[in-house]
Amino acid sequence: MSALQPSELDRPPLARGRSAADADFKSASAVLRRADFGDRLRSLALAAPLLVLLALSFGIPIVLLLSRAVYDPTIANALPQTTQALSGWNGQGLPDDAAFAALAADLRGSQAKGTAYELAKSLNARLPGARSQVLKTVRQLEAAGDKPPLDVMKSVPFWSQPGTWPAIANGTHSITSFYLMSALDLRWNNDGGIERVPPEQAIFLQVFMRTFFVAAAVTLATLILGFPLAYLIASVPKGLAAILIVAVLLPFWTSILVRTAAWTVLLQKFGLVNDLLLWLGVAEVRLDLMYSRIGLIIAMTHIQLPFTLLPIYSVMRTIQPSQMKAAYSLGAKPVTAFRRVYLPQVFPGVMAGCLLTFILCLGYYITPALIGGASDQLISNFIANYVNVELNWEMAAALSFILLVLTLALFGIFARILGLDRLKLV
Amino acid sequence: MKTTKTRLLALAAATAWMAIGHAAVADELSIMASGGAWQDAQRKAWFEPFSKETGTKIVEQEYLGDLGKVKAMVETGNVPIDLVTVETATVLQGCDAGILERLDYSKIAPREKFIEGSALDCGVGLDAYGDILAYDPTVLKEAPTSVLDLFDTKKFPGKRAMRKFPAQNLEWALMADGVAPADVYKVLGTPEGVDRAFKKLDTIKKDIVWWDAGAQPAQLLASQEVVMTTAWNGRIQNAIDTDKKPFKIVWNNQILEYDMIAIPKGAKSPDLAYKYLAYISQPENNAKLASYITYGPVRTDAASFVAADALPKLPNAPDHLAGAYLVADTEFWGDYGEDLVKRFNAWLAQ
Repeated sequence: MSALQPSELDRPPLARGRSAADADFKSASAVLRRADFGDRLRSLALAAPLLVLLALSFGIPIVLLLSRAVYDPTIANALPQTTQALSGWNGQGLPDDAAFAALAADLRGSQAKGTAYELAKSLNARLPGARSQVLKTVRQLEAAGDKPPLDVMKSVPFWSQPGTWPAIANGTHSITSFYLMSALDLRWNNDGGIERVPPEQAIFLQVFMRTFFVAAAVTLATLILGFPLAYLIASVPKGLAAILIVAVLLPFWTSILVRTAAWTVLLQKFGLVNDLLLWLGVAEVRLDLMYSRIGLIIAMTHIQLPFTLLPIYSVMRTIQPSQMKAAYSLGAKPVTAFRRVYLPQVFPGVMAGCLLTFILCLGYYITPALIGGASDQLISNFIANYVNVELNWEMAAALSFILLVLTLALFGIFARILGLDRLKLV
Repeated sequence: MKTTKTRLLALAAATAWMAIGHAAVADELSIMASGGAWQDAQRKAWFEPFSKETGTKIVEQEYLGDLGKVKAMVETGNVPIDLVTVETATVLQGCDAGILERLDYSKIAPREKFIEGSALDCGVGLDAYGDILAYDPTVLKEAPTSVLDLFDTKKFPGKRAMRKFPAQNLEWALMADGVAPADVYKVLGTPEGVDRAFKKLDTIKKDIVWWDAGAQPAQLLASQEVVMTTAWNGRIQNAIDTDKKPFKIVWNNQILEYDMIAIPKGAKSPDLAYKYLAYISQPENNAKLASYITYGPVRTDAASFVAADALPKLPNAPDHLAGAYLVADTEFWGDYGEDLVKRFNAWLAQ
């Protein structure tokens, strides 16, 4: 403990001479190391409340939620006997009567345990239409009386259709790749191989690409608008710079929902933007800016502008104008001076601003919902739909997981190429 | 930034819920509804009279109708609400996911007294509303005569708004393609039927503006973004009555749906909740809502209690059921909803 350090230092050395000096040196460095360790421990203790808070409110819930993407024991829990009966099934054709009988017993059991509905819902996610069939069969089994359960099962055509049993067998594994595969528009075929889902069901890859495209377009647009503006603010006198900064920050302090709603007013067919374009003669007919990709990018660019601009501005402010003058005096043309003296110094700020905007754009939800058209919905919109409407949190977790992995991968590549130490966020 | 904000909001909401949950005493009934004119109407028709009659204090909350929040409450074991209003399809989802209580109708009202499909295992019908077509006669010179005129771009050129959701649109597409209302769900239950519906929607895809929130159709009509729009009848009637808009409603080929109310699992005062459900399910009380918003009663014997001036505006008024109409099939959407939503989204993106 660090409080003991001074007394340890005061302690007389055990021996004298050369080896004693060595020992002195060694013990001193050990003491130093220990002191260092103590310091680190102390700062860790100071940060502990924050770390614990982060772990409890951020880390653990995220891990728990994401684990749903691969862990879904609903079917296995509801169908213990069927799980056992299917363990030897080769997946071809229909399983033997024992499996049918086991399923009948499980269905009756699920009725008693009250898990029939959960089972129906979970199976339905894998096999559309299964929900009502499960519930119907449960009801028939209950009303069957003397009729053997096996006959009841055989009398419902659904249980003898191809596709039904592979889906059940697949569902009996609690650890599942089903949701992650679905999130990538893939599925297992009957031969145990991986195949793409049919085109009319394939959607998520396209949405992921769209999300990254929109994020990149918005990042580029904020850079094109933000860089010159940051330069202007950094080069005008202090008073004027303050006014300009407030002008940039004012919308920043307004709720994102309000800003989005304001854009719907501006962009609509009989809105101000269309009025202006028509009056200027730029457009001859009223443009469909609302519910379109271009409208979405305009609104998102406006919202994201401060995020890109501020890091660039904070770096530009530190660059002495005399450097450029020095470059000119040494014969550099303005373009050369800008490229070789100014740009390398601003670069970390540019990268930080762009990275901030790009990653924030990946999570956009309200703006695409309100301004984007049907084909402009980003991945967050789909995640929200699965969480709130379909109550299929497994699918939502799988999509979130893929988004997280893609984002981290991108961040990793970025950090590798540019080096994180070159990022200047503020 | 946005996610932080959402999280903060969620945290604030959770704290508020917790506070209310702890404050709940025996004579307090906490109801979460989806806000707006509809909740105002419920307050006047049911909350206040019930409160007066029984001495129960009603604590109101609002939400957006997404059951994800209720699921979170039930899973964390802290359920500060006793009743929640939901859409029919949502009742089914919530019932299956085990977050809504299965109802004991002996404590509410005889189940057979409800219109078919409006008394479900986990939810009781509150009112009936219609998915209708609305237009502005000052813009559209010729009046459409059926919701299916959505698909006639020759006679009615221009943009039309439809809900960004497969339900109703697929049904209308099939009916416009010549399927009789009685066969719609049978056809839609087959892969060929689904293809057929999407093919029909393809014919007008480029003319469609999609809406999400119930308030949008009236705005889209008012801003002349579209010449006609599908909508929930109460929203359009509200724009006509309150905002004095010149809109007109087309009832022919409307789709009838029900609003529902349910008890979340783990509610603190289930007995009081049942008392409330029994109260609003009495025919004379069930009919009261129509005086405050143009949604009809769900009890078959409530029609005679509806105020005379309210009746002509209701979706299940005799006049509006004279033409063709379809009752939405909840079971069908419970089965195929998730799959069709995915297919619909894939189709939108093409």
